[in-house]
Amino acid sequence: MDQLVLQLLNGLDKGGAYALIALGLTLVFGTLGVVNFAHGALFMIGAFCAVVFSRLIQLETVTIDPEKLTPWGSPMEIRTPLVQAWLGDFGAFLVQWSVPLSILIAIPVMLLIGIAMERGLIRFFYRRPHAEQILVTFGLAIVLQEIVKANFGANPIPMSAPSALAGSADVGAWLGFPGIYYPWWRLVYLAFAFVLVGGVMAFLRFTTYGMVVRAGMEDRQTVGFLGIDIQKRFTVVFGIAAVVAGLAGVMYTPIVPPNYHIGMDFLVLSFVVVVVGGMGSVPGAVFAGFLLGILQSFASMNEVKSILPGIDQVIIYLVAVVVLLVLPRGLMGRKGVMEN
Amino acid sequence: MAAIRNDYVFVALFALVVLTMPLWLAPFGASYPDLMQKFAIYGIFAIGFNILFGMTGYLSFGHAAFLGVGSYAAVWSFKLLTMNAIPALFLAVLVSGLFAAAIGFISLRRSGIYFSILTLAFAQMSYNLAYSVLTPITNGETGLQLAISDPRVIDRALAAQGPGIPSPGLFGDGFTGMEGFYFCAIILIVCFFIALRIDRSPFGLMLRAIKSNQTRMMYTGFNTRPYALTAFVISGMYAGLAGGLLAVTDPLAGAERMQWTASGEVVLMTILGGVGTLVGPFIGAVVIKYFENIFSAFHEMKLNAIFSFLPDGLRDFVVTITAPFVGEGWHLTLGLIFMAIVIFLPGGLMEGARRIKAKFSGGKPPTAARSEQLAPAE
Repeated sequence: MDQLVLQLLNGLDKGGAYALIALGLTLVFGTLGVVNFAHGALFMIGAFCAVVFSRLIQLETVTIDPEKLTPWGSPMEIRTPLVQAWLGDFGAFLVQWSVPLSILIAIPVMLLIGIAMERGLIRFFYRRPHAEQILVTFGLAIVLQEIVKANFGANPIPMSAPSALAGSADVGAWLGFPGIYYPWWRLVYLAFAFVLVGGVMAFLRFTTYGMVVRAGMEDRQTVGFLGIDIQKRFTVVFGIAAVVAGLAGVMYTPIVPPNYHIGMDFLVLSFVVVVVGGMGSVPGAVFAGFLLGILQSFASMNEVKSILPGIDQVIIYLVAVVVLLVLPRGLMGRKGVMEN
Repeated sequence: MAAIRNDYVFVALFALVVLTMPLWLAPFGASYPDLMQKFAIYGIFAIGFNILFGMTGYLSFGHAAFLGVGSYAAVWSFKLLTMNAIPALFLAVLVSGLFAAAIGFISLRRSGIYFSILTLAFAQMSYNLAYSVLTPITNGETGLQLAISDPRVIDRALAAQGPGIPSPGLFGDGFTGMEGFYFCAIILIVCFFIALRIDRSPFGLMLRAIKSNQTRMMYTGFNTRPYALTAFVISGMYAGLAGGLLAVTDPLAGAERMQWTASGEVVLMTILGGVGTLVGPFIGAVVIKYFENIFSAFHEMKLNAIFSFLPDGLRDFVVTITAPFVGEGWHLTLGLIFMAIVIFLPGGLMEGARRIKAKFSGGKPPTAARSEQLAPAE
């Protein structure tokens, strides 16, 4: 039982990351009809927003205190982050919470990057075949990846969660059987994923703006005839997709230290998620993301592995193959969209 | 290459270019056998990939799986049977062909992007399994290697066992120096000839028809799937052959050869050179492998030497600007070139050559090139 709950949490956590990336991918496909292989790179850029922010905020002054000596006999160095010197306790708070706070800078940065990417490159590829879209965005992903590598090196950069959230929570106690411990930060990530996914879906469902976007996904031409500049809205949707991927990256940094190819690692899986959920379907991508995440973590339980060795390695792809062969447009794909 | 009508002249020219590589690559610093072998091997891989992608229009994102399977098969042949390269290659082609038939049979039920995802899924499955459960066959992360204690049944039956681990070769001794390159080059030429014949045959015409309009083909009563499957298997066999040759030149097979980035690489090669052309994929393979091996070895000292003709201040400036693009950062250059090619020159380097030729001969710009473009079968 403990195992089951733990794996369910693990799966939801993994699924949260898949769902957040897949959400953006499927939105971009549904609105612009573009297959964006550079979406993983946006996740990576988000993660590095957090890296940059916490480096900036941890700029520190080094003073040498001649009174105290280190155990090696040299004068002790005292490092004080600048913000802490200026702002006192509030500064210390900023340093502590640098990862969640980087969301604040990640949102405008990702929005800008997303819109620049769409206006600068993607829009020239609306009418080109999907294969060419894949290829050019794949090239872009390589370029972005290499730029990050040149600036931050090839090694993963460890990031820490705020110390208040560093420990583990006794999840079991909440459910009535104590003894199941799960890291706080992962729970936060899970909640964050739910909020973000819910937010985007609510935006599309309950706002006029979202309604127009959905109408544009159904029939772009008619919406255009009604005098609405649908292109502008789709560009904004691309920006939103970039923000979602970027925030997923920001919040993921304390779980897996970011390196320059973290985006590529996620991209392939998210793509599978999108296809399983149905290209262009937002609920499908979210559902498939959580489903595949949970399946994957259950498949990696020892009990399962002892029956079917290696199943944990292939389960996602296996599900994808079966779904694609049995349901031509994925689990929740719209009729008539990419069915062949 | 409509300019050269006669197949045999075409192949002879190709063979001449390939076999004289040690001469004309010397000024570029690339005329050492290790690199030229790679040119030939990845040339085979890309030419085979082009039979599927360029001619039939199916974009496979999992071709590296066949390369990997070919490598494993070849190394197993070295371990169990003999160090002779011929049976190893034969086995590599056979096993990868069977593997391709199985995967193709399932994947070809869908087309367009779904086909790409299916092949990607199969390749990733093979990669993950090779790393984990199939360790007895693949030796996991270490990679499959030769050992002194290998059975090598045929070799031991024919001759006494010498000291040390023998290296793969044709008859008796292992390949040394240029022999390995010429062996690969001859196989490349043969593969090129076969691809040329396929391209010119009614079968090739059928593949092109599938690419341009599969629905219409089906309406006229053709069952297109067997043709597509044949193309898939042939290109899988090419990949397996390339994998086998990789094992011949360096008897070691690792799972990373099957990773999806490796599949992406062959796509890059084919696009860079020119999709749907015969020579293009080979050119793409040469360019990419050249960059990977030569460009990546550039560093600041060398840049300083190259730009030494410039005045000091300007030289420093130029070196600072160019440094991020070479050496460690050569992938950046590759990505940029690749993007530029897809954006401005979808026909690859071959289309570029055609445009330049058209400009000089004063003729009208090539309109035929548009139809050569990659359009996935949908």
